[in-house]
Amino acid sequence: MNWSELLERLNTSALWEPALGTALLGLMAGTTGALAVVRRQSLMGDAVAHAALPGVAVAFLLGARAPLALVLGGAAAGWLAMQTVRLLTHRSRVSFDTALAGVLAVFFGAGLVLFTYIQRNVLGATLTPLERYLFGQAAFLRHDDLLLIGSFTTATLVIMMALWKPWATISFDPAFAASIGLPVRRLEWTLTTLQVLAVVIGLKAVGVVLMTALLIAPGVAARQWSHRLGFVVLGAGVFGAGAGLIGTLAAHLASFQFAKGRSVPTGPIIVLTATAWVVLSLLVGPARGWLWSKGWRRSRLPRPDPNAPTQP
Amino acid sequence: MSSIIELTLVLALVAAACALPGVFLVLRRAAMTSDAIGHVLLFGIVVAYFLTRDLESPWLLVGAAAAGLLAVILVETLAQSQQMRSDAALGLVFSALFAAGVLLVSVSVKNVHLDVDSVLLGQPELATEPRWSISGVQLPPVVIIAGVLVLNGLLVILFFKELKLSTFDPELAAVLGFHPAAVHYGLMTMVAITAVASFDAVGPVLVVGFFVVPAAAAYVLTNRLAVMVLAAMLVGIVGAVGGTLMAEVGNTTTAGAVAATLGLLFAVVFVTAPERGLIAQWRQRRRQIQNFQELMLAVHLLQHEGLPEEADESRWRDLHTHLSWQPLQVAAVVRRAEQRGLVVRRGEYLHLTDQGRTLARSVLHGDPPSLSAG
Repeated sequence: MNWSELLERLNTSALWEPALGTALLGLMAGTTGALAVVRRQSLMGDAVAHAALPGVAVAFLLGARAPLALVLGGAAAGWLAMQTVRLLTHRSRVSFDTALAGVLAVFFGAGLVLFTYIQRNVLGATLTPLERYLFGQAAFLRHDDLLLIGSFTTATLVIMMALWKPWATISFDPAFAASIGLPVRRLEWTLTTLQVLAVVIGLKAVGVVLMTALLIAPGVAARQWSHRLGFVVLGAGVFGAGAGLIGTLAAHLASFQFAKGRSVPTGPIIVLTATAWVVLSLLVGPARGWLWSKGWRRSRLPRPDPNAPTQP
Repeated sequence: MSSIIELTLVLALVAAACALPGVFLVLRRAAMTSDAIGHVLLFGIVVAYFLTRDLESPWLLVGAAAAGLLAVILVETLAQSQQMRSDAALGLVFSALFAAGVLLVSVSVKNVHLDVDSVLLGQPELATEPRWSISGVQLPPVVIIAGVLVLNGLLVILFFKELKLSTFDPELAAVLGFHPAAVHYGLMTMVAITAVASFDAVGPVLVVGFFVVPAAAAYVLTNRLAVMVLAAMLVGIVGAVGGTLMAEVGNTTTAGAVAATLGLLFAVVFVTAPERGLIAQWRQRRRQIQNFQELMLAVHLLQHEGLPEEADESRWRDLHTHLSWQPLQVAAVVRRAEQRGLVVRRGEYLHLTDQGRTLARSVLHGDPPSLSAG
C-alpha cells in the first residue's frame, strides 16, 4: 500500500465524522471520568451505562426517535439509578459496590423486558437504531449525532471550568468543603448529572460496556503523568480524545484487511487503544510510572529506616 | 409445557448456586467483581474456541472460568501496585478483556453460537437444550448447574469457618494461619465456575443480579451468616420462579423478568425488613422523638417543682406556651408520659411521679443510659 492509496482511504466523510465524534466523546468522557476515578467512583459509569437502557426504551415507547430525546430518556434512567444507589447506601447497610451491582442488573433487566416488548409490539421497531445503543456502532455516527456530542462536550467543559475549584475541593475533602460553606450536595448532584449525561451520550458510539473504559482509562493514564488534579483532568481529556481518534482510524484502516461485509468494530479498538495507553503510562509516566518510581527510589529518596525514632 | 418447568428448575438452581458465593461477595464489598467476571467469560470462550475449534467442547467452559480468574488476578496485581485504586483496576481489566473478546468474535468467528447478542444477553429460552458434551455424552444444562450447586454447597459447608473469619476479620484470619489470600482466590474460582455454568441461561449482566441482589436482601434481613446464606438462596429461588412465571404470562424475556423480579423482592425487603427496613427506621426515629418529648416534659416539671411558679408552670392546659409545642402535641405527650408512669394528672395540674423525678434528674445530670430508656 502506497501513500496515495492510504490518503485515498482516509479521504472520506464516512470516516471523519465518526472520528471527530469519538474524539469529542473521548474528551468529554476523559475529563468527567477522571473526576470519578479520583472520587473512587470509577465503576459508576458502568452502572449508569447499563441502567440507561430502560430509559431509552421508555423514551422510545413515548414516541421519541431523535437522538437527543433518546439520550435524555437514558440520562433520566441513569440518574434515577444513581439516586437509588445513594438511597440504598444511606438508608441500608448495603455497601456502595453492592448497590451499584444490584441496581445495574435490575435496571438492565427491566430494560431488556421493555426492549422485548418494543420488538414484539411496536411496528417496524427492529428497523430502528435502538439496539445500537446496546453494542455501540461508532461508524454510524452522523451529522446530527456530531452536533449533539459537540454541544454537550462544550457545555461540559464550560461547566467544569466554572465549577472547578469547588469540585476539586469536594473531590478531595468533602468534610472540609462543607465546613467552608460549599453546597456539597448540590455540587455532587451537578457533577453526577454531568457524568450521567457523558455516559449516555457515549453509549451510541461505544456501547454499554466499553463506555466504562473510556471513562476510566484516560483518567488512570493521566494520573501517571502528573500529581496535579488540573493536569490529570486535562491530560485525561487529551488521552480520551486521542483514543477516540486513533481507534476510529485504526478500525477503519484495519477493515480493509478483511473481505467485504466484515468490518472491524470501532468501539473495541478504541477501548484497546485507551488500554494500551494506560499500560504505556504505567511504565513510563513521569509522576508514578514504574520506570521512574524504581529510579526515584534508588537515587533521590532513601528508603525510610524502620528503626529510626519517630517525631513526638 | 414441561420445558417451562425445566426452565424454571434451571433458573432456580442458578439462583441457589449463585447465592452461595454471592453472600461472601456482598460481605467483602466485591460485588462488582462478579460483573467483571461475567463480562470476561466471552474472552475465555473465544480463546478456547481458537485452540479447540469445537463449539461443543467442555474446554470452552474451562477457558471461560480461566479468563474470569485471570481477570481477578490482574485486578489484584494492578491494585496492589498502588498505581490505581481497585475499582479503577476492575473497570480497566474487564472492559479491555471484553473489548478483546468482542473484537475476536467479530473479525473471525461468524457463528450463531458465538453471536455477540446472545453472549451479552443470555438466552434462557435455550437454556434447557443440551450444548456441552464430554466424549460424546451430551450434558443437559440442568445437570451442569445442579453439579455446580452441589459443589458450591459442599465448599461453603466445608470452609464455612475459613470464609467467615477471612471475610469479617482478614487480619485475625492471617494471624491464625487461615491464608485469607487462598480463601479469596478460592472464592473467586467458585464465582467464576458458577458464572460459567449460569452464563448460558442468564447472560453476564443478569448473573450479577443473581450473585448480588438476593445476598443484599438477606444482608438487610439478618445478622447471622448462616441465616443470611439460606435467606439469599430462598430470595433467589423465589425471584427465579416468580420471574419465569411473569415472563411466561407477559410473553417477554425471561432473563430480564427474573432480574426485575429480584429487584422488586429487594425493594420489598428494603422497605419492610423487621429491624433495618425503611418502615422500621422511620418508627424507630419516631420513638426517639417521642421519648425525647416525654423526657423534656419531665425535666420541665422538675425544674419548677416546689417553686412559687409551680402552679402556673404545671397547668397542663397552658403547657404548650411553656414548651413551645402545639396544644395537640402536648396532649399526646402528656398521655404517653402518663402511660409510662412519669407524670400523674391531679385536677388541672401535672405532677411528677417518683419514677419521673428520678428519670428527669438523671437526664439533667447527664446519665446517658436512662436517656435511651423506653
